[in-house]
Parts: sequence; C-alpha cells; structure tokens
Amino acid sequence: MGAIESKVGEPVSDESVLVDAARNGDVGAFEQLVRRYDRNIFRIAQRITQNREDAEDVVQDAFLKAFQNLGQFQGQSKFYTWLVRIAVNEALMRLRRRRPERMVSLDEEVRTEEDSMPREVADWSPNPEQLYSQAELKDILSKTIQGLPLGFRTVFVLRDMEALSTEETAEALNLSIPAVKSRLLRARLQLRERLNKFFKRRNGDS
Amino acid sequence: MTCSEFLKELSEYLDDTIDQRTRVELEDHLHWCHNCYVVCNTTKRTIEIYRDSQLFEFPEDLRNRLRTAIIGKCKQHKSKTEA
Repeated sequence: MGAIESKVGEPVSDESVLVDAARNGDVGAFEQLVRRYDRNIFRIAQRITQNREDAEDVVQDAFLKAFQNLGQFQGQSKFYTWLVRIAVNEALMRLRRRRPERMVSLDEEVRTEEDSMPREVADWSPNPEQLYSQAELKDILSKTIQGLPLGFRTVFVLRDMEALSTEETAEALNLSIPAVKSRLLRARLQLRERLNKFFKRRNGDS
Repeated sequence: MTCSEFLKELSEYLDDTIDQRTRVELEDHLHWCHNCYVVCNTTKRTIEIYRDSQLFEFPEDLRNRLRTAIIGKCKQHKSKTEA
C-alpha cells in the first residue's frame, strides 16, 4: 500500500559493497548511500517533527551519525532500517528540544485500551479531502497527528505513511512485533476518531 | 463475533494479513453491524488520506545543499579520526 521510494528496494548485495566501502572510510561510497536514501529520511523526519527546518537538521545529523558509527552496523539488518532508527532518534531529540516542557518519549502512552474505542460513529463525506483547501487539509492532518501520543505517531508514520513492514518498524523503533501491532491499531483508531469531526457527512452531502 | 473482537482484528483485516477463516468471520460481522462497517471504512480512509498527504517539498537545490554539508562533515570526521 505504500508510496515508498523505489530506491529502497535496491539490491542488497550492491548496497553491502557500498556500506563496506563507507565503513572503510570511502566517503564517495557513503555519498551514494546518501543519494539513495535522503528523500526517504527527509520525509520521515518531517512527518515526525512536522517542521521543515527540523527535518533538514535531522537529515544532516542522521547521515553524519550513521557515517561515524558505521563500525557498529552489524549487517544483520538492512542498512536502511538501521538508518531509519538513527533518524527517528534524531527527530525525537529535536522534539524534546523544541518542547522541553513535555516529556517526549516513545513510551509516553500506555493508557487503557478504552482510549481507542470508537466513540463517534458517523459515515464520512464521499470525498472528505475536497471539503477543505489543500492548505486547510494540511493543517488539519498536521494538528491531528501531532495530538497523537508520540509512541503511536511514530509507528503510524513508519508503517502507514512510509510503508515499512511490521518487522522493520519493530527493529527501527526497538519494539516487539506485538507492540508495533497494538500501537498501530490504536494510532489508526485515534486518528480516525479525531478526523471524524472534520470529515463526517453533513446534512446535504450527497 | 462481537464488535470489540472485530476491532481487535481491524488492522490485520485492513492490511490483509489474516487467514481466510478469520476474514470470513469478520466480513460476516460487517454484513450486519453498520457501526463496524463505518469504522472500518473511515479507518481505511484515514490511512489513505495520511498516506497521500502533501509534504514540504524537497527541492533539488536544498537536497544538494544538505548532501554537500553532510559529505563535508564526513570528510572532516574522517580526517580527524585519521590524524
């Protein structure tokens, strides 16, 4: 279901040659890895931080950290998944700096299941996106997802917006597979509930 | 199947990662439960709307600028560690 960049699917063997070369200090090889993944990392960073400047910083810091720590990359996971993990951590650090008053942690949620139970059930307009201008829609989606606990939002971004698999998401976020599944379900249901007030069918809708 | 049992399986249903037997049970529930039918549809739309949402652009000049900065810092790091 994903609009994932085709580059993510490049052959791993070719990639492991690049990673090995970069690990041995070949900056040119590393630059090829940057070209391959910078769009994906920029997108993930802006989807988590919801801020363009932060996303630019995250891209720079994540790639630099990856280069500095390539010695620790085991090669058991995909390089991309390892890179996403670094980028997510950098994005969370930015959020903490921006909002130090709120403790920002991937574990901040852990409420009861009740918070995800549908409260309002109403069908939506046939084309809910068309009820608003592009700018309004962007604002609605951004504010709605920002209201989600970070532990849910990050899982939703990686699974549903970036089309990572459950296993890749678990690895990138250092979560168990059941935890990813449970957070994804709750993220989806909570977002649905919050979007409901903007998109529900009104009198006169066809 | 109750509504809360349905909801528990909703993600896997939408991702098409359930076995055929469970799928049949879920779809049977959807036939008669309008609320779950609506929740299922609107949750699917939620995912689609976010997946297709507009982002800030990543224009080529910004991309080049960031890449130049990254590679510059990598080279700096390399010369420091080699020194």
